Amino acid sequence: AMARGPERVSVLLPTYNERDNLPLVVWLLQRTFTDSGIDFEIIIVDDGSPDGTQEVARQLEKIYGSDKIVRQLFLFPSGTAYIHGMKYATGNFIVIMDADLSHHVRLCFVYSGKQKEGNFDIVSGTRYKGNGGVYGWDLKRKLISRGANFLTQVLLRPGASDLTGSFRLYRKEVLEKLMEKCVSKGYVFQMEMIVRARQLGFTIGEVPISFVDRVYGESKLGGNEIVSFLKGLLTLFATT
Amino acid sequence: MTKLGQWLCGLAVLGSAWAALALAPPQLQPPAPLRQALLPLPVYLLVAFGCYSLATVGYRLATFNDCEEAAAELQEHIRAARADLRRRGLRL
Repeated sequence: AMARGPERVSVLLPTYNERDNLPLVVWLLQRTFTDSGIDFEIIIVDDGSPDGTQEVARQLEKIYGSDKIVRQLFLFPSGTAYIHGMKYATGNFIVIMDADLSHHVRLCFVYSGKQKEGNFDIVSGTRYKGNGGVYGWDLKRKLISRGANFLTQVLLRPGASDLTGSFRLYRKEVLEKLMEKCVSKGYVFQMEMIVRARQLGFTIGEVPISFVDRVYGESKLGGNEIVSFLKGLLTLFATT
Repeated sequence: MTKLGQWLCGLAVLGSAWAALALAPPQLQPPAPLRQALLPLPVYLLVAFGCYSLATVGYRLATFNDCEEAAAELQEHIRAARADLRRRGLRL
């Protein structure tokens, strides 16, 4: 059968304590999709946030309708929220992104265009090519990011320039297939998905994205993060 | 085959070729100048790779884009979003 472009896009938003950002993300998403004429829905999978995120999600559902906003509560380790949320997705394409506004929502439209252009199975955002980039990162964080990516390219030769970006569009059947095969957790899971996708022969298109860090001074790149990244990278190196 | 497997195979092939030439008995040894270059070759390659890595990461670090426009645009969007959401009845 001829593969179709995005007819309806399901956006999977895992949330934890995103009471302030969630309404903004939802507003931006509905504007982007409405302006570009693409049918959509937003699936909010909350990890039991204590800050009132679920209450905000309820209000958003009242404002935008339950056809557009689907709410799920899911109290399990990260990485598996996607599997749970996907069961409720009615679109033929799925976008996975962060709910904290670090990802430029407007790009969802660009992703759809790119997908149609090359009939890609996956469209992945990259901070490292074209006019992609970051905002609010100091030199140390940039160095660690580039160093880690270089190591990843040498060891895994993944065929995509940014493996930890985690802002992607997937054909629904492709995402389902990948979820079955991937075993890692957290952001190593994001890396594993691209590696497995290439092995299974899926096509990957890239779109430059900007990653805007609004929480200044709070660097999530401590020693622990680096160690767990290296462990994940070596595991993928040895098992894929 | 896993990536690790590919690396081990590659290293085994290159390693045994190098060892065969470097540790060959006197009758089968390659000419002296070739041997002089051959013996330290693994170290040369390692150093060359190290330099390449530093240069590449350094270049990529220097050309890592700072998205000023994207950040500014986001602030605008946030303002518009907050105003519109308040109008639609969102209570924070």
